[in-house]
Amino acid sequence: MKMVSAIIKPFKLDEVREALNEAGITGLTVTEVKGFGRQKGHTELYRGAEYVVDFLPKVRVDVAVMDEQLDQVVDAIVQAARTGKVGDGKIFVMPLEQVVRIRTGETDASAL
Amino acid sequence: MEMVNKGDVAWMLTSTLLVLMMVMPGLALFYGGMVRAKNVLSVLMQVMTTFALAVVLWAIYGYSLAFTEGNPYFGSFAKLFLSGVTLESLADTFSEGVKLPEMAFIAFQGTFAGITAALIVGGFAERMRFSAVLVFTAIWLTFAYLPIAHMVWGPGGWLLGDGALDFAGGTVVHINAGIAGLVGAYLVGKRIGYGREALTPHSLPLTMVGASLLWVGWFGFNAGSALEANSTAALAFLNTLFATAAAILLWLADEALLKGKPSMLGGASGAVAGLVAITPAAGTVGPMGALVIGATAGVVGLWGVNQLKRWLGVDDALDVFGVHGVCGIVGALLTGVFTAPSLGGTGSADFSIASQLVIQAKGVIVTLVWSGVVSFVAYKIAAALTGGLRVAEEEEREGLDIVAHGESGYRF
Repeated sequence: MKMVSAIIKPFKLDEVREALNEAGITGLTVTEVKGFGRQKGHTELYRGAEYVVDFLPKVRVDVAVMDEQLDQVVDAIVQAARTGKVGDGKIFVMPLEQVVRIRTGETDASAL
Repeated sequence: MEMVNKGDVAWMLTSTLLVLMMVMPGLALFYGGMVRAKNVLSVLMQVMTTFALAVVLWAIYGYSLAFTEGNPYFGSFAKLFLSGVTLESLADTFSEGVKLPEMAFIAFQGTFAGITAALIVGGFAERMRFSAVLVFTAIWLTFAYLPIAHMVWGPGGWLLGDGALDFAGGTVVHINAGIAGLVGAYLVGKRIGYGREALTPHSLPLTMVGASLLWVGWFGFNAGSALEANSTAALAFLNTLFATAAAILLWLADEALLKGKPSMLGGASGAVAGLVAITPAAGTVGPMGALVIGATAGVVGLWGVNQLKRWLGVDDALDVFGVHGVCGIVGALLTGVFTAPSLGGTGSADFSIASQLVIQAKGVIVTLVWSGVVSFVAYKIAAALTGGLRVAEEEEREGLDIVAHGESGYRF
């Protein structure tokens, strides 16, 4: 199993969610995060004080998948989240040890 | 024959309410929105309690020391605890034979004492110990506000006798509070992270609401200072409308020119700048003079919170000196110019701009020096009595709301 963690532009969330749905993914977790890569921030001005705001708002989508689904899921996210401009984000794929469905106690494949 | 006119009384009571609204919640929100969320309650608290403290001291001895005959610098204790003030007691207006119930005058002036005290907290916001704020306020009110109010407005007052023009309190309120805030900001030191971290306003919508309430309430502050519901009040009213509008536009235009974008904080600050500047002038300059005064305040105020602030090297957190001090000085001086009848003002035919400017400048300097020195001493005493002006470093990082008041402004 793998944990796929995708940092995407916030307005792409709906598209990514639909694409994942079409790829057969039925559950995901979304967090609002801040970050930067190559995309520059902006400058804010409050009276005499100027601030460079490096952090940009992003959305993180976490999805747990079986190994067989991995490529399809990564492709789906990439297609849906891409705009072609700097700041589109990144996908991190991490090995996932165990998954447990809390309500029933089912594990791994039966929990996904 | 001494006459009390119901219209005058109604207007003065209304004006007093408007000035109260300027503080609660006007100034509270104006300042509150400008600090970080972790300190919003501390600012609201400091504004509210300094106002309340000033009003109580006003009731006990403040009114007496400001508005009774004594010497050129202080009144007397003749009306301590408002002794002798009854339902029949009368206060003078600017018109011969026209009187107000003295209680109405006491209330009106009491809100002025209160708002001046509350303005100061902007200078040392986000790091001063609450107890020190209160001790300072009590001392400063007694030895800076009361004598300056007496000198400018009280019977036998030194600056009044010299012919200083300060219709609604450019010196008594704004320059006074401005320098007190600057001295406090200097003594308490810069906030942790100043110049490196982003110490940004947490709610500019609140600041704008506060500025709006300040503008509306200021009509009571300025037009109420006419002490009658008459054409002078109408003039002050009109000037308060015009000057503020001009100041907003000029601040924003200047900001767009110099910084690239006109900002909400700039607009709100511009409004306050214009209001401060027209305060001493409201009842004696003409409406066109008001436009010029407002426009000037917009431009000079922007300079005050940028270049001057950097030059002074002091963390005047909410720009009490940059806006109230600087624009109070601008207003005080321009009052000496635009009161001239040739420029549309109500000055007499032999009005001399040059000599009036000298008198105005004297008032400005006396206020700056007297209030500056008294503030310095008052802060030192407050520090000694309360264990230090500033909260501990980890307390400042955590936020005054939790540390001083055990509360959080917001729960998400």
